[in-house]
Formats: sequence, structure tokens, C-alpha cells
Amino acid sequence: MTGGPAEPVLSVEGLEVHYRVRVPGQRGKVTARAVDGVDLVVHAGETLALVGESGSGKTSIANAVMRLIEPAAGRIVFDGIDLVPLRGRALRKMRPHFQMIFQDPFESLDPRRTVLDTVMEPLVINGIGESADDRRKLALVALARAGLTPPERMGARFTHQLSGGQRQRVAIAAAMILEPALVVADEPVSMLDVSLRAGILTVMADMRDRLGVAYLFITHDLSLAWMFADRIAVVYLGRVVEEGTSADLIDSPAHPYTRALVSVIPVPETSRDAQRTVLSGETPNPSAIPSGCRFHTRCPLYRELGEPARCREVDPMLAEVHSVVGGHRAACHFIDQQGVS
Amino acid sequence: MTSDQAAQGIDDIEYEKPPSNWTLLWGDRMGRWGIIILVVVTVLAVFGPMIWPFDPAAVGEDSSSIFQPPSSAHWLGTDELGRDVFSQFLMGARISLFVGIMATLIATVIGAGIGVMAGFFRGPVDSAAMGVTDFFLVVPALPLMIALAAIFGQNLLIVIIVIGALAWPRTARIVRSQTLSLRERQFVPRARSLGASNARIIRTNITPHLLALIVANTILVVAGCILAEATLSFIGLGDPNRISWGSMLHFGFVSGAVGRGAWWYFLPPGLGILVVVLGFTLVGQSFERVTNPKMRGGA
Repeated sequence: MTGGPAEPVLSVEGLEVHYRVRVPGQRGKVTARAVDGVDLVVHAGETLALVGESGSGKTSIANAVMRLIEPAAGRIVFDGIDLVPLRGRALRKMRPHFQMIFQDPFESLDPRRTVLDTVMEPLVINGIGESADDRRKLALVALARAGLTPPERMGARFTHQLSGGQRQRVAIAAAMILEPALVVADEPVSMLDVSLRAGILTVMADMRDRLGVAYLFITHDLSLAWMFADRIAVVYLGRVVEEGTSADLIDSPAHPYTRALVSVIPVPETSRDAQRTVLSGETPNPSAIPSGCRFHTRCPLYRELGEPARCREVDPMLAEVHSVVGGHRAACHFIDQQGVS
Repeated sequence: MTSDQAAQGIDDIEYEKPPSNWTLLWGDRMGRWGIIILVVVTVLAVFGPMIWPFDPAAVGEDSSSIFQPPSSAHWLGTDELGRDVFSQFLMGARISLFVGIMATLIATVIGAGIGVMAGFFRGPVDSAAMGVTDFFLVVPALPLMIALAAIFGQNLLIVIIVIGALAWPRTARIVRSQTLSLRERQFVPRARSLGASNARIIRTNITPHLLALIVANTILVVAGCILAEATLSFIGLGDPNRISWGSMLHFGFVSGAVGRGAWWYFLPPGLGILVVVLGFTLVGQSFERVTNPKMRGGA
């Protein structure tokens, strides 16, 4: 359903998601800007990882892209169609083309259903398949593809009888059976034992190669993003602060926040001299985003440079960083000063 | 086949099937007594009037047949018109159960419907629905029932509707709060992302999880509806052409049976109401306990 590899399957423009929240010690509710002006592009068959701490707004971005929560502003253009104004039937008609893998496979699957029913459900909802038998065959193929073998036997189980890894495979099979162009994966392995993660990621990578699906891969784990994604966007307090190819971003991070994240990735070799930057303090509350550069309150570079007023006063935009392949951008006033330390 | 089984390895654990609700209910002492009571009363109500030889409306031949104490012919004696009390008692059980159950069905449909809508859609729908619910919850039910029954006349259908229309608020509240928590479960956004409509999500993802709760609540509501019917009939607002336990108490009272010490006239319907309400309450509370793992004692 999409053209060449350069065709964006998803492009998010100026996305904002706001929540009304109660703040202790304050009367009434205030607006928390969980997502505060995010632009993203995911090309067909490509994996973009969205990396951020908890509270960075990455899950809000995922839910907004899936049209599960209402954005306060912005466009979510999927395959050339803006999803934001769509409602009801028009939106439901689009939904099969973008699917989601949820974080918690214990919560996202109805424990009262069999595995086969769970995987057939998307077909039933969207009226795909000539007959029940037809759908059953498709579901068995999808189960086998997701590594649940023998599919006939696994299909007869109830989802509550499966392990977390098996459940996540069921969720993947059910999402992929619709042959979506985009799959939003919200921390798909964070609830699983480390020993099971590789298996799930292998299945997901296999789907990418075989079906050409694009992923928006949400994770808090930069090394996981590095391993799995073509490109990475680092999110801080509801804003993308740096984006680029995985190799560029890890090898030569430009934003001080990314540099701090990269510096604490455990690496066996010591080529990247083991100078670790451990950030102090916590992510500020999205209902009180710092002025100017939202990272300046925790920025090591800001302190190093003698706390320049520009950081406190001017909100930096994403700007091109010099790189081999291009497309590497960071939102920092002092990108060029990075080498100093 | 053997190699296949070997390949399955630890996947081949036999999973223990959880016991059904009915098994649990029968295993609960209160639940078992409740079931026994309800089965006995239902059998009496359904088959009693077919077998018992006297017509509950047939008046006695002369003055010697009125207020006869229990005898081998008339097990519960006769009333002020010489009618057989036991046949009235059997017929009354029918009407009391029928009104109680039908009114409960109405109450459950209204209550569950409003509760699900309020909990699922939240926002203005919820505020409006809960406003109405709270109104019906605090409004004194008995005077309102009296007023409605007096306005709309006295027949069985009206009585059923009036009782049902006032018995739903508790169900609505309970169903709403459960729905509020269900809609936050991740299988709801998942169903939505698969393209399911709200109607489909309510039907296939929400309602099945509410059924046990609704059944438990419904059984308790029946008890209340039977009492409401008895109350209305006792104060003379029931269907005058039907014998219910409430109307027996009413006529027992106005005919002076109480003053005459004709206990066989007013005691059986009173005990009948007591026992049936007890039966429904026992089953309802027991069902609530066995279907809610948090309330299950011991293990």
C-alpha cells in the first residue's frame, strides 16, 4: 500500500498531547504538556525507535498515533491521510493498517478467550476472510509465523494458560494478521524475562523482513533501540531532542541528554573512554516545563559553559548535525561545543 | 505423536479447570440452604395450584365454613369467606415470585444498561446518568410507589413496572463502578485499535466480565422486589384480582383475622415472604462471595 522505501508511512507534525492533572498543594487542575510539539517520520519498512525515560511522553505519542487518545494539536498523517479529524466508521476503516503491540501481555489479552479466537478476532472485527474456516487457516498461519508451534495445539489454549513470552507472541500474531503497514510497539519486551526478549525481537524482525512492516518502537532502553532500530528519536519532556540513524546517534551523540544516556550504556570495550555522565535530579513535571531549553535544569553542558542565558530563555529547535549519512538533528544551542569536555 | 509431545516439554502441563460457580455455590453452606429453599418454593408455586384440589376463589357454602381452623381437608383452614387458605397460599407464592422476578428483570435491564453506559462513556453521559440514579436512590421509594400505583391503577403489569422502575439504582451504581475499572484494562484499547466499535467493545469485552456481578446483584434485587410487592399489596395497592402473599396479609388484616386469632390465615403468607426473601438473600450473598475471589475466605 506504500510506494518506494523513501515514502513516509507515518508522519507526525506538531503533535501535542495535554492532560488535565491535579498538582498537590494547588487548587484545581493544571495542564500537563505530556507531548509538546513532536515531529516524526517513519518510512515504509523502517524501524524508528522512540527512546525516553518514563514520563517523557513516549507512550502518549504512541497512544496518540494509534488514535487511542485525542491530541491537543498536530497532524498524524498515515499513508497520506490525516487521522486526527477522522471519527467513527472512517477511523475504524483505517485502523487495520496500523496496529499496536502493547506493553503488558497479561493485561492486553482477554483471559477468557482461546488463543485461536484472540488471533481470529481482528479478522472477525474487520470482516476479513470468506468463512470461519478461512479465518481459522489464516490464524494458524499467523500463529506459526509468530513462533507458536504447533499452531493447532497452541490455538486451543486459553491465553491465561500461556507464559508472558507466549502471550506476547499471540499479541504479535493478532496484530500482524491484518498485514498492517505500521506497528506501534510500546515497550513490547519490558515486561518479559530477559531470556525471552531475544525471541520476541527475532519474531518482530522476521515480520519486518517478510511483511515489510514499519515499526514505531517505544522503549526506555537505548541499547535495545540501537540493536533493533534503523533510526532513533530521543524524547525528553514531550519533545524530540535528537534524532538520527542508530549508528550516528550512538557513535556521535550531539545533544547533552543523549550523550548522558549513551555514556551509561554498558559496553565491553573501552574505546569510548569510560567517562560516564550520570544526570542529577529527576525529569521535571510536564505541568511545569522549564523555560528556554527544557533540559537546562539538568544539563551538564549548561553548567560547564557557565550557565548561558540563552539556554534559559530560548527554546532550541532541531538543527542539522554534521554526519556522514545526514538526517542527524539535535535541539541544542551549543551542539558545536560538545567536544570541549 | 510421542516426539511431538516430547517437543512440547513443559507446555504439556495439564491445567486444572477452575470449579464452576454452581459447584462453589453448592459447596457454600449458606448458598446450599438458599438453593434448597428456592427450589422447594418454586416447585410449590409452579405445581402446587395444579395439584391442590381447592379453587382459591371458591367461597364457602354457609357461615359455618368461615374461619375454619386447619383440618385434614383444609390444611390451613379457611378465610372470612370460607375460601381455602392453603390454595391461596400456593397461588400467592406464584404471584409473589412472578412479580418479584419480572420486576427484577426490568430493574436489571435498566440498571445494567445505565451503569454500563455511564461507566464506559464517562463525561457528560456519566454525569447525567448518575444524576438520575442518585435521584432515584435517595427518593423515598415507598411513597413514590404508592403514588404511582394509585395514579396508574391496580393491575399486575403496573405493579411490576412500578417496582422494577424503582429497584434499579443500586444495580446501576455497582455496574458502573465495575465498568469504570474494566474500561481501563488494556484489552479495551487493544480491541479499539483492532477496529472494534464501542458497541462491539461493550458487547464482547465489557459485558462478559460483568455477568457474574450482575447475576449476584440480580438475585439480591429479587428479594427486595418481592418485599415491595408484598408491601404494595398489603396496603391495598396490588392487583385486587390476584392473590399474592401481600394481598393475603391485607385481607387477613381487614377481615379481622388477626383479632380473631385466626393465625392460619396471616401467618403462612408472612412466613412465606420471610423464607423466600431469606432464600434469595442467601443465594445472592453466597454467589457474590464465590464469584468475587477477594471475598472468598480461607484459601
